[in-house]
Amino acid sequence: MRSYALTVGDTSLILAQRLGEWIGHAPALEEDLALANIALDLLGQARYLLTHAAQLQSDGGSEDDLAFLRDPQDFLNLSLVEQPNGDFGQTIVRQFLVDAWQLELFERLQQSSEPRLAELAAKAIKETRYHFRFSSGWVVRLGDGTEESHRRVQTALDALWRFTHEMFVASPAEQEAIALGVAPDPASLAAGWSSRVDEVLKEATLQRPADVAYSWHGKRGQHSEHLSRLLAEMQSMQRMYPGAQW
Amino acid sequence: MYTQGLDSLGADCLHTSAEERAALEQRFQAKVDAEERIEPKDWMPDAYRQTLVRQISQHAHSEIVGMLPEGNWITRAPSLRRKAVLMAKVQDEGGHGMYLYSAAETLGVSRDELLEQLLTGAAKYSSIFNYPTPTWADVGAIGWLVDGAAIMNQIPICKCSYGPYARAMVRICKEESFHQRQGFEIMMTLARGTPEQRRMAQEALDRWWWPSLMMFGPNDATSKHTAQSMRWKIKRFTNDELRQKFVDITVPQAEFLGLRVPDAELRWDEASQHYRFGTIDWSEFQQILAGNGPCNRERIEARRRAHEGGAWVREAALAHAEKRRLRDAKAA
Amino acid sequence: MTQVQKQWPLYEVFIRARSGLEHKHVGSIHAADATMAIEHARDVYTRRQEGVSIWVVRSADIIASDPSDADALFEPAKDKVYRHPTFYEIPDEVKNL
Repeated sequence: MRSYALTVGDTSLILAQRLGEWIGHAPALEEDLALANIALDLLGQARYLLTHAAQLQSDGGSEDDLAFLRDPQDFLNLSLVEQPNGDFGQTIVRQFLVDAWQLELFERLQQSSEPRLAELAAKAIKETRYHFRFSSGWVVRLGDGTEESHRRVQTALDALWRFTHEMFVASPAEQEAIALGVAPDPASLAAGWSSRVDEVLKEATLQRPADVAYSWHGKRGQHSEHLSRLLAEMQSMQRMYPGAQW
Repeated sequence: MYTQGLDSLGADCLHTSAEERAALEQRFQAKVDAEERIEPKDWMPDAYRQTLVRQISQHAHSEIVGMLPEGNWITRAPSLRRKAVLMAKVQDEGGHGMYLYSAAETLGVSRDELLEQLLTGAAKYSSIFNYPTPTWADVGAIGWLVDGAAIMNQIPICKCSYGPYARAMVRICKEESFHQRQGFEIMMTLARGTPEQRRMAQEALDRWWWPSLMMFGPNDATSKHTAQSMRWKIKRFTNDELRQKFVDITVPQAEFLGLRVPDAELRWDEASQHYRFGTIDWSEFQQILAGNGPCNRERIEARRRAHEGGAWVREAALAHAEKRRLRDAKAA
Repeated sequence: MTQVQKQWPLYEVFIRARSGLEHKHVGSIHAADATMAIEHARDVYTRRQEGVSIWVVRSADIIASDPSDADALFEPAKDKVYRHPTFYEIPDEVKNL
């Protein structure tokens, strides 16, 4: 179940990495702190899950080995989270779509047959409720703010929507986990996610884009060009100084 | 510059006579001498107010500009634990900036005005943040030396005469302790690591030692503001006093790390029980103050891009709040 | 309709810690609306505490008591606690204010 833990953990890790790029550059100091807060929560989730995955290995690796020494095609994060930050609107839309998904996922994951995952989900769901409150609040403010803000977030929504498809399609790792009662079937998260998202988009006066059957799934290791560049940066110190302790 | 509003109560009002003003000043100074706190609504000399606005806002600007040299390494932190700690530290610095802007705002100036001063170059911030962080070891050196120097400056200000500033400093000092510890821990890990890591640590110390000493400001003999600031209990110790204390505390730490302080004249003086150290080259300091340091432009540019780039976001939030207000009013 | 200047209003923040008995004034934050104000207050002022209660109040709405000094040479009546220029709603067309 290492791969399943990585599927969830890598998503949190890569999203935390993206949010880390914002710190010191946000539209207001308060938002620097807010984004850092979310990044820290996500990084905490990632560390827990990667540590768990490492312990399931026979070779005694660590969370850092998994984070810093794996190649891009071995990462199992959602493609959505490796997309560039873009402007604040695009970052908020990305966050909102992921938060709505994590709410459904962690809610169900609390019933996992794997106690470590159930434990993680119980903690993470509280964090995610706060993240969702933050991101959905901003989707509404920007969607129903000025003409410019509306245009920007609608554009972002249109651009990112195709990456939501894979949230509800089980990868091979997920299929295995479902069979063992470790993970919920992603397809079962769709209805809840959809209605939650629709409610916010309506209040935000945003148009829900048409669904697209987009099949390049990060969960299967099929990544965009963005991931290798992101990892080149993230992994640089460990790659430059192999074997060193930090 | 400051509020031109009619509500300028407590300011050096034109309506008071010279005698009344003298009496007010006397009572003010008596309060300060008695270690009583001055609060926002209290009468205070204009010069006291202006000195505080300048000092508090410079401190605030330093915190937020200070987010950038370390923020530079968040995406490349060499372990997940270091990444988390660094994110938390930089987040704290943003928070410290906010506490200080809050304190400054109690004196009649708005945060937007202060940010405007920073972005136009009218306001200063600590020159230390105009140095680059070319390696991971610089993150360690900043935590160990720069935060160490900052703590030394900040602790006495917890007893400063102006209430909101003192309270902000108490909060900041409580949070600061982990900042220095994480920096020292990074240096320790490097110093005990591979030859390349040791070299990285030594070179970072070489880069940051003298700028850290300069953080305490000019020598007392040449420092303009010190005397008055000490009378008003805004400043509690002189620049040279704090600098000496910093050297005395930090040199043994460097020795513990097995690193060499880049000062050929550094030696322990048994008679005075202090370290004697070399002369600071103030010309470098002057260069940085004049805007010609390695990163002056980049730091302000980064802040300007964030502020201007985010204008549409701030406007949208206000526009939305206004729409809600109108809708609620209609519904009522 | 008057246009307000383009700055998020200032809110004063009061926090009660889990072990505390009353809310304490801890500082201020800027926010565009009440929901944001609570979130900002939480993000800035409760990073090291669990189980808190947060009050945020628009600074403009705080009314402060008179100073208790009998010797004060001028006697302000009820007035605003902080001299924030942002409390004044000035139309955009008016310059130099």
